[in-house]
Amino acid sequence: MTRVGAIAGALMMLVAVVQLQGARERLYPASESDPDAVYVTSGTALRRLTGAYTALAADVYWVRAIQYFGATRRRLAEERSRGPEPPPALAATPDEYPNLYPLLDITTSLDPRFNIAYRFGAVFLAEPPPGGPGRPDLAIKLLEKGLAERPDKWEYMEDIGFVHYWYRHDYREAAAWFRKAADIPKAPWWLRSLAATTLAQGGDRASSRLMWQGIRESAEIDWLRRDAERRLAQLQVLDDIDALQKRVDAFASRPGGPFTDWASLVRAGAFPGIPVDPTRTPYDLDAGGRVRLSSASSLWPLPDEPTLLEARPPS
Amino acid sequence: MRATAVIAINVFRESVRDKVLYNLVLFAILLIGASYMLGQLTAGQDVKIIKDLGLAATSLFGLFIAVFIGIGLVSKEVERRSIYSLLAKPIHRYQLVLGKYCGLVLTLAVNVAVMAAALYLVLAYMAWGVAPDIMRAWDAPATDPALLKAVALILVELMLVTAIAVFFSTFSTPILSAAMTFGFFIVGHFSTDLRNFKDVVDSSAAAGLARGLYWVLPNLAQFDVKSAVVHGQTVTAGYLALAAVYGLAYIGMLLIGSVAIFSRRDFK
Repeated sequence: MTRVGAIAGALMMLVAVVQLQGARERLYPASESDPDAVYVTSGTALRRLTGAYTALAADVYWVRAIQYFGATRRRLAEERSRGPEPPPALAATPDEYPNLYPLLDITTSLDPRFNIAYRFGAVFLAEPPPGGPGRPDLAIKLLEKGLAERPDKWEYMEDIGFVHYWYRHDYREAAAWFRKAADIPKAPWWLRSLAATTLAQGGDRASSRLMWQGIRESAEIDWLRRDAERRLAQLQVLDDIDALQKRVDAFASRPGGPFTDWASLVRAGAFPGIPVDPTRTPYDLDAGGRVRLSSASSLWPLPDEPTLLEARPPS
Repeated sequence: MRATAVIAINVFRESVRDKVLYNLVLFAILLIGASYMLGQLTAGQDVKIIKDLGLAATSLFGLFIAVFIGIGLVSKEVERRSIYSLLAKPIHRYQLVLGKYCGLVLTLAVNVAVMAAALYLVLAYMAWGVAPDIMRAWDAPATDPALLKAVALILVELMLVTAIAVFFSTFSTPILSAAMTFGFFIVGHFSTDLRNFKDVVDSSAAAGLARGLYWVLPNLAQFDVKSAVVHGQTVTAGYLALAAVYGLAYIGMLLIGSVAIFSRRDFK
């Protein structure tokens, strides 16, 4: 057999193999893949098994955690878009992400100094359903594990404060953690003012803005920075909506009012054009004359605005 | 000395002829492929993961070369009966063992050096264009010179593993030699457990035996500073020197044993 003949023969066999596989998949479709499972849940056991390559094993588990979180989130979003929207409480349960904490726990047991696994993992865990399991308790547990390894890491304290602030709305606890973080040498100056503002005005937009600006400053990866920027843009939207609503209400008593569409308001001289949010998506004006963020905007949905906490003296 | 050097260079040439250095191409593909894939798979930490992957691959590729070539250095000559023509030449048996060992160490050193250079190139590429404030948040710079400390200790560890492989190959079959060398490699990374054996057993005799093994078996865990350098932790020159001298002393002991066994071996 000549060389060309051999190559041609091998290529023909390769084509046949691809065709046969395709035929088999059409005739006997593969069943759904097995659910993601964590077979070894003990970080200590895996540490032993991986010997001199624990750091690499930690990387593998970290990639698995990211992929697991992203895939589950995407699956839930797709299921949500297909069916009728469930009530928020039923949109997803912590059971939808059962392997997230074990994966992050193993990652950080294999590499106890895996900084981003603590910080990013805490955000994943605390994120409310359907975007995450809604487990701020586990987020704090993970960060406290990181703190046990590196007690001087003010970023973990800031993140614990952030979880208390944003997901638990426990501003006293948040302020206490921000203050603790501020006491660490080389911690940024703004943590002290964040602690004070949180304690005095926890939950209002000014303190939220200060917190997100702080997170943006200390973000170590683009995703965290972009998320902080998105949250800041959402706060901007809340301010915009308040200002727009005031203007719409002011024009409600004028001739032709109340107005329920932007075109009429623009014609009446209330606005020079249809107002748009920071992503250049026009705001909605509903039949009741209420200004809302369009669901087409990438900033939708807006966060809940927690009620203001009564200012309490530090404990 | 000259005979040893000639044998060493021939071992290196033979490994090049046997396409051992092809693993470098595999290493480069692995690193370049991983650097691209990681961008898609992970959120940040690409540089840390590439460092982990590069150092682990350097160690693993080297381990396979050290074991699978090391066990054949002497036994292959015996199997092919080329040992007779070699021993008929004006060389001592110890020169043959040392020459074979040095030749493989030279191959490993070239491998490790090229892998380290490739790792630095990939890391420099990954760090290129990254915003300074993101870089500041890294535990260590992408092209941190401290990585060389981990690379140096990997080389010492591989030299020790090679010495173990050569030692077993002087009196045992290749398969058994490979199994024993891998066994020593694994035990060498868990020797701390032997030291702490007294915490899990009541028998003082068993604890004493484990303690004795801890001191006698090679402690390879001390050569593993990969995680420390990746996280920017300090690895002092004193530590490096102590670990390296320990490795060299152990290698010396194994080579003396190998030479002693090989010198007494009857090839009739």
